[in-house]
Amino acid sequence: MTCTEFLAMLDDMIDDSIVAAETRAEVEQHLRKCGHCEVVLNTTRKTIEIYRSHHIYELPYEANERLHEAIMARCKAKRC
Amino acid sequence: MRGITAGTGRLLRSLGPLRPPSVTLMLTGGDQKPTRDHFPHPTAMSTIQSIAGENEHPDVALVERARAGDVSAYDTLVRKYERQIFRIAQHITQNREDAEDVMQDAFLKAYEKLDQFQGNAKFYTWLVRIAVNESLMRLRKRRSGKMVSIDEDLETEEGTVPRDLADWAPDPEQNYSTAELGDILRRTIQGLPRGFRVVFALRDVEGLSTEETAEALGLSVPAVKSRLLRARLQLRERLSRYFHRRTRAAQRKSGVET
Ligand SMILES: [Zn+2]
Repeated sequence: MTCTEFLAMLDDMIDDSIVAAETRAEVEQHLRKCGHCEVVLNTTRKTIEIYRSHHIYELPYEANERLHEAIMARCKAKRC
Repeated sequence: MRGITAGTGRLLRSLGPLRPPSVTLMLTGGDQKPTRDHFPHPTAMSTIQSIAGENEHPDVALVERARAGDVSAYDTLVRKYERQIFRIAQHITQNREDAEDVMQDAFLKAYEKLDQFQGNAKFYTWLVRIAVNESLMRLRKRRSGKMVSIDEDLETEEGTVPRDLADWAPDPEQNYSTAELGDILRRTIQGLPRGFRVVFALRDVEGLSTEETAEALGLSVPAVKSRLLRARLQLRERLSRYFHRRTRAAQRKSGVET
């Protein structure tokens, strides 16, 4: 397996969606030999993990409540 | 390094065309409905759902009650998804005020259109689709009527091939305060083309599957996959400059922090 082939499978590895045992073995073998691909895999995983665990657009509690009330008031007005 | 850069051309080709011709999501006021020809007829579906019983998604019952006039059921649905909808709107519009408006309008529009919602689609995916359309409409307003699509600004090959191959510190985010980290993450993702940003936000941050992301954005599954890979690699590349295995003092000196 070349680095390019490895890169083409990066998403499948991250999403853990490689089912074929043979492919899995090839990928693991490449990772043992190639430090660069290992770094790319690990840091891409970390990138996703950081964005998942730190929400960058969080509404403050008060603003969220204000908007929630506004939404529900508008919905109730629609009903009548 | 050599091994990876050598294959640039091949990788690009394997990712497919940069702008697939059939996926432009135009603004039609959020009224587009995804085709559902492959799903069973609604009545057949509700029979299946009542048989499925406890495997049924909890939103199905809430939507049913809301449809029947139970506003508190809709309140529960709004509570459950309002924060996600706000974040998605903010990712697309990049503007707090617009995102707040989109959040309100999307929930109101979904409420008005509940009768059109088909129980065989996930309520969340359907809601996200409405929010995406509302967001694009806001952008269009700001640009005085110019068409806005999720495909804009994708003519870039940046970040398709990893260049920065130095390893990161073990827990790189711990080298920054929460505020600093927030700044870094915001600035980094804001630099991505909108079409990449949104795919990454829906698929990797807000928990939609690849298929649901495609449905919510009106894109093909291959288009979502190719964008996701490019978004992930570009973010990784850009974050590398902050998260390298090196001391914080060195970063201060090189003026990385603002
Ligand atoms: Zn490699």
